[in-house]
Amino acid sequence: MAISKTIRPGLIQLRVVNLEESVAFYRDILGLDVVGQTSDGRVMLKTYDEFDHHSVVLRHAPESGFDYVAFKVVDDKTLEELKEATEAFGYPVDVASDEQPGYGKRYGFTLCTGHRIELYAEVAQAEKIPMLVNPDPWVEMPRGMKAQRFDHLLLYGPNIAEAERYFKEVLGMFAPEFCNTPDGKRFAVWLTGGNKAHDIAFVEYERPNTIHHHAFYLEDWNAIGNAADLIGKYRVKRDVGPTRHAITRGQTIYFWEPSGNRIETYAGGYAAYPDNPQREWTIDEIGRGLFYYEGELFPSFLEIVT
Amino acid sequence: MVYEITDLTAETKYPAKEEESLFRAMIRSGKGCIRYGCEGGGCGVCKIRITEGEYERFKNMSRAHVSEDEEKEGIVLACCVKPKSDITLAKFKTT
Ligand code: FES
Ligand SMILES: [Fe+2]
Repeated sequence: MAISKTIRPGLIQLRVVNLEESVAFYRDILGLDVVGQTSDGRVMLKTYDEFDHHSVVLRHAPESGFDYVAFKVVDDKTLEELKEATEAFGYPVDVASDEQPGYGKRYGFTLCTGHRIELYAEVAQAEKIPMLVNPDPWVEMPRGMKAQRFDHLLLYGPNIAEAERYFKEVLGMFAPEFCNTPDGKRFAVWLTGGNKAHDIAFVEYERPNTIHHHAFYLEDWNAIGNAADLIGKYRVKRDVGPTRHAITRGQTIYFWEPSGNRIETYAGGYAAYPDNPQREWTIDEIGRGLFYYEGELFPSFLEIVT
Repeated sequence: MVYEITDLTAETKYPAKEEESLFRAMIRSGKGCIRYGCEGGGCGVCKIRITEGEYERFKNMSRAHVSEDEEKEGIVLACCVKPKSDITLAKFKTT
């Protein structure tokens, strides 16, 4: 059960400049299944281990980047309450008009960071789901990197202190870890609505509406090694890793898909509880916080967003 | 075929295979004016101006980083083009 009013980030839509190559990458390298296409040609995908209709949508566009992320909330009543609370917080809310097959009503708004965030309560079950009776770990042998779920995302934009306040005050999430600048301003924050170490994270950045990465969960460190082998074999452009984050303690690799959106494959991470004390990173140690084995930052990791 | 890249920004030369992007040639040689990037036409970090030589664009480039007018002038993303002859290039500087 969710600890807050949100269950998970359940849907992300991304823009891709090279649609065919990107779809093939999500399918063959990450191991997602193609669920189908919308009437306007967007491609819906899901992992083998997810139950909902689809979790990732790729939209062919002249620029790569982020369209929106949608959080599943516990029920319809909560959805209506959150719509009111979002407007009371100061963000005008609309009803999403683009088709997302299988999805019920989605409310959306623009966060101060420039990103579109959506909320929904209803989504149909997918045709292919994990087994429910005497279940095997999988139904069909997982492909490629064997991504298990869309796990979290990191967004870059201005005024993340306000974004954090929205996610805490309205959605009821909490922040297990944060990093401030020496003058006490938020530089980065990791937020969760459940026991996952993070559902969403923000880094303070001048340009609005940019995405640093979206992440898929892998089973363990061995799976990260398998993912690294695929990166080598298929000449995937790697950014950082395999390594560990001290922040959230997850094990990780970052790389780019064929339209230039950064993807993380992430395993492990601690269980977050809202009553645990918050962990803090000082900015002079943030390199070690992000890349525990290397102990330093990489310019590509800091500078490249879509 | 292997072509020669003259990199005005890095003030050096390196080879590029006809089947690889200019970006890949830069990374492989370790000498190019671009050291990292998404290799997907999305991030814009590899923006260059090609001043001499023939090339082929084999991937779409994000219009957030290269406009159609720029593309006509030989301004491209190095990860989206392959050489068809020896090439002279420079890193694109935003003024
Ligand atoms: S390296 Fe990102 S656009 Fe070429
Ligand atoms: Fe991440």
